[in-house]
Amino acid sequence: MVEMIPAAGRELLYREAINEALKQEMRLDENVIIMGEEIAGGAGREHLGIQDAWGGPFRTTVGLIQEFGKERVLDTPLSEAGFMGAAIGASSTGLRVIAELMFVDFMGVCWDQLINNAAKMRYMFGGQVEVPFTMLTRIGAGFGSAAQHSESFYSLFSHMPGLKGVVPSDAYTAKGLLTAAIRDNDPVIYFEHKGLYTQPSIVPEESYTLPLGKARTLKSGTGITLVGISKMTWICMDAAAELNKLGIDAEVIDLLSVSPIDYDHIIESVRKTHALVVVDEDTPVCSIASDICARVAEEAFDYLDAPPTKVTAPHTPVPYSRVLEDQYVPNVPRVVTTVKSLYEGYR
Amino acid sequence: MELNKEGLLHLYRVMSTIRHFEERGIPETGQRGMSASVHSSVGQEAVPAGVCAHLSNEDYIGSTHRGHGHCIAKGVDPKAMMAELFGRASGPNKGKGGSMHIADMTKGMLGTNGVVAASIPLAVGAALTSKIKKLNRVAVAFFGDGAANQGVLHESMNLAAVWNLPVIFCCENNGYAESTPFEYASSVEALSDRAASYDMPGFNVDGMDVFAVYEAAGLAIERARSGDGPSLLECKTYRYYGHTVFDDPLTYRTKEEEDYYKTRDPLKLFRDKVLPDGQISESELDGIDSDCLKLMEEAVQFADSSPMPEVSDLYVDVYSDYPLSMMKRGTNMSI
Repeated sequence: MVEMIPAAGRELLYREAINEALKQEMRLDENVIIMGEEIAGGAGREHLGIQDAWGGPFRTTVGLIQEFGKERVLDTPLSEAGFMGAAIGASSTGLRVIAELMFVDFMGVCWDQLINNAAKMRYMFGGQVEVPFTMLTRIGAGFGSAAQHSESFYSLFSHMPGLKGVVPSDAYTAKGLLTAAIRDNDPVIYFEHKGLYTQPSIVPEESYTLPLGKARTLKSGTGITLVGISKMTWICMDAAAELNKLGIDAEVIDLLSVSPIDYDHIIESVRKTHALVVVDEDTPVCSIASDICARVAEEAFDYLDAPPTKVTAPHTPVPYSRVLEDQYVPNVPRVVTTVKSLYEGYR
Repeated sequence: MELNKEGLLHLYRVMSTIRHFEERGIPETGQRGMSASVHSSVGQEAVPAGVCAHLSNEDYIGSTHRGHGHCIAKGVDPKAMMAELFGRASGPNKGKGGSMHIADMTKGMLGTNGVVAASIPLAVGAALTSKIKKLNRVAVAFFGDGAANQGVLHESMNLAAVWNLPVIFCCENNGYAESTPFEYASSVEALSDRAASYDMPGFNVDGMDVFAVYEAAGLAIERARSGDGPSLLECKTYRYYGHTVFDDPLTYRTKEEEDYYKTRDPLKLFRDKVLPDGQISESELDGIDSDCLKLMEEAVQFADSSPMPEVSDLYVDVYSDYPLSMMKRGTNMSI
């Protein structure tokens, strides 16, 4: 049984945990290669003593090129459709490729390769091929980066049969889920949150995997189930602390996977707490949050004292101005107010 | 625009305005905590100045993440741009877009754009509008050397060629796609060579020299305007700063290289070429620099004294017509 929460040990930052998982898997399996834009940086300038100029746009890939060389650590031109498709092609012919899409907002450039090739090849070719491909990408608003660098569109990928998706919330889950994603024989989309890179948590030094498709409970409670996705898990934890002061004992679930979604874990919790609020930074229509609410309504209807409820971003693009962006991202007061209104309305 | 004395002074004023906007506006934006996605075009001023000198207010341009210079050269008000960077309601995008999305349709400015190469087909589309509606307008798609390797550029060039559209593909080759050197990412030494694949002329010019840009852009734009179709114009230029304010470019390029390009500074080159003629005096150009310095002071004051958007503006301009309740329904938004 894998520990979903580590007991004690060394701390790493979220981005360091990603880096460690990449290095350990590349040491273990020579078929693992990585490609992306600026993952090393300053490519082709070794003769000037330049190598690893960036180590990745958020330094998650620092040091890889020194250890594994430019044959296995490939900086790419800005050609997402081409290199993502090539990564998928290489993954279906003997390599195990990790490819980075700098921000999830850029998915449109390579969407066809992801949804019509990676997601469907195993099925439409009658099981002849495997696509052990991992795409790293980034989500998250709150940084003044406006509509094309701030989205959290994991729901679009979850909609596609054939793709798996994970949303690590801390350094421990970042390492365990990345290791599992790389070793998995299906395409896995790995969503890093820009607001978590410098967060430290306990991370074992040895290699380990966490199961794809499993959520974890970070705080037990009996009064209501709060489900967090990625960084929103920590909004849920902070809201739970506030709710505790009001005499409401919230249970907090960290979703960790957006495909498959661990409905069973959530339903088991709702059977105990009889209420559900999902906190999701993605937009609300056809979303992970709406999907979880619908699943709970269908499968745990008799256990509910209140309607399954969401706290999400609005159905708008991400605005630039701080005064607007501050309203856009779910926050602790919105979660607390929502839970209070459920309590006042139904209990 | 003719390069008589007035035209020359205009070219210099555009370049100086861009230079001063970047040097003042970017740190000021940073001090207001909004610099995450702001990109300086200092060093590249000659390209937008030289190209846009041939454009009327009605012509179109599409731009990039490094687009302040294109906006200014096309006539967008620097005060309004500063307000946009500060997230104020008086910006052309009402604070919704910021640096990477500045758009001003009253100036034919179709938007700076945060996705590399994404604005190129928009310029092609604007040229299509001009052709179908017989507007006699041209469109210029500005893009960088990074965008040159995106598939959508190639599709756009082919479309423009087969439809014979009045569009100029203007590549500002500053040598680096973020930190990746151009020579690593491209199979050809001159991007302008790629024009041959689409049976259109390819121009290759010194993008630090506003006169070289002006001359080649004039040929390409004249060609487009007279119905002879698209061109590819590669301008070799240089950005003095990093990709963003967080990037130290000396991690991937040399001080010698930076120093070399600064000896070829576009404003300095302009002075070196024009002053010996005697038509324009040093004090006239110094006066323009002083005006620009003062304009940026006014722009910062204007931006700071402008109101922030109303929080309810979050829901405005998502659609032309859509129920407000549907944008909030099931979200538990607090506004």
